[in-house]
Amino acid sequence: MGDYLSQVNAGVLYLLVGAVLAYITLMCVVFLVKSYRAGIKIGMDKRVLKKTILSSATFTLLPSISILLGVVALSGTLGVPFSWLRLSVIGALQYELNVAEIAAQSIGLPGLRLDVLNIEAFVTIALVMTIGILGGLFFTVFFGKSYLKKLQSKPKKTESADGEKKKPGFGAHATTAMFVGLCATFIGAYAAELIRGFISPEVLVKLEISVDAPWMRFVVALIAAGAMAVFEFFIQKKGKAALENFSLAASMLVAMAGAVIIGLF
Amino acid sequence: MEENKIVVMNEEERAMFFENFNNSLHRLGRFLLVSGIVILSCIPFIIGMIYGVSPDMTAFLAGYAKVAVVYIPVSLVEFLVYAPMLGAGGSYISFITGNVTNMKIPVAMNAKEIAGTEVGTPENEIISTLSTATSAIVTTLVIVVGVILLVPLQPVLQNPVLLPAFNNVVPALFGALGLKYFAKSPQIAVGPLVFMTLLCTIVPSLIKETSVLMVPCGALALLIGFILFKKDKL
Repeated sequence: MGDYLSQVNAGVLYLLVGAVLAYITLMCVVFLVKSYRAGIKIGMDKRVLKKTILSSATFTLLPSISILLGVVALSGTLGVPFSWLRLSVIGALQYELNVAEIAAQSIGLPGLRLDVLNIEAFVTIALVMTIGILGGLFFTVFFGKSYLKKLQSKPKKTESADGEKKKPGFGAHATTAMFVGLCATFIGAYAAELIRGFISPEVLVKLEISVDAPWMRFVVALIAAGAMAVFEFFIQKKGKAALENFSLAASMLVAMAGAVIIGLF
Repeated sequence: MEENKIVVMNEEERAMFFENFNNSLHRLGRFLLVSGIVILSCIPFIIGMIYGVSPDMTAFLAGYAKVAVVYIPVSLVEFLVYAPMLGAGGSYISFITGNVTNMKIPVAMNAKEIAGTEVGTPENEIISTLSTATSAIVTTLVIVVGVILLVPLQPVLQNPVLLPAFNNVVPALFGALGLKYFAKSPQIAVGPLVFMTLLCTIVPSLIKETSVLMVPCGALALLIGFILFKKDKL
């Protein structure tokens, strides 16, 4: 385990990831300068352009810290450099962890667990995580220009001929439904693990407080759900919309802290 | 006065300038994305070369197939929905730097509000590109600072006491995410949740096969969602 962690946290990986991120960031700077100059050229107010940059920078600060918390959560199993890369380029925490878990199972491991990971498994997991998320990039490369040009020439109709607002399609609900299905798969499996633990002959053993107990994963999920419920209460009922950026990463860290406390018994 | 330096364009000149500007964004964006795809795809192989190992391609294909079933449709929906909101420059930057839903879309919308621009106009295209590029740069810088601070914390993070935390990071994710999505659509959630719980209780060997089961479970959720949508109950 120690070997694996030192391999995935090696200095050379920091350099590799640093070089990739420097390239992407440089390209973002090119986009920024190009747009700023274009804005000046078509007569946009410099103050508006500067205000846009400043407000976007300040708007981004807090959510960026939540991404950093995601790096902390992911780094325990995949090391800091690769977690840093994944959450700085294309990725998002929920995608990365889910795909890493799928990849770990495809290798034949029981899941994304530090005690069973090794460097061979890591490179396969890293490849699945990287290639698996490229879909959006391919769509943008091949269809971005034609799709956006089509939209510019034909603005989307939101009203029908008789003036009534058109009902949005199922597309918006489809993504939510897929994520509901995804979460139900894991939560259902944890619930079954809990039920199996209680109906097994060694029920008394299974009731012991231990990180290996069959209820462990369900309880950790429950703690995370509880923390998320508190966040949702403040976001929805108390109007604390800023918490939205932190709710996922912070709820996960609360649940992970719960797992550590259970592990101390 | 700075205003005196601005060259006032007529409508035709503006249209032509916007066309050229947009085309140059597409060229630059495609170059960024293609180079990004190549570089990122090489990273796991480079890490493998450093340690003298290579990815298990059979396991990769098995894993990728499961990921693709869920994430290619999600990527397509995200592309179709978000690209018009972000414009050309904003789309290229957002899709390569990620965190689209939780960061780039809110940033672009916020910038649009502040600048008072309309979707589809040259001004909005510029504002969207400026805001997403700024956001990507700031995020990278914040994470760089965070990672530098994390390095000395490595011995603490690798303490065996913290092992249960990192071994349970996936349940922590789905607990939090589950609450959010189940609360959003409880009527979709009940069916797949009961189905999975019963199935895995009856056939416990399937508990370790969540990566396979998420396909039928996702399909069931989609079907229930579609039926509810048709009945106007979503």
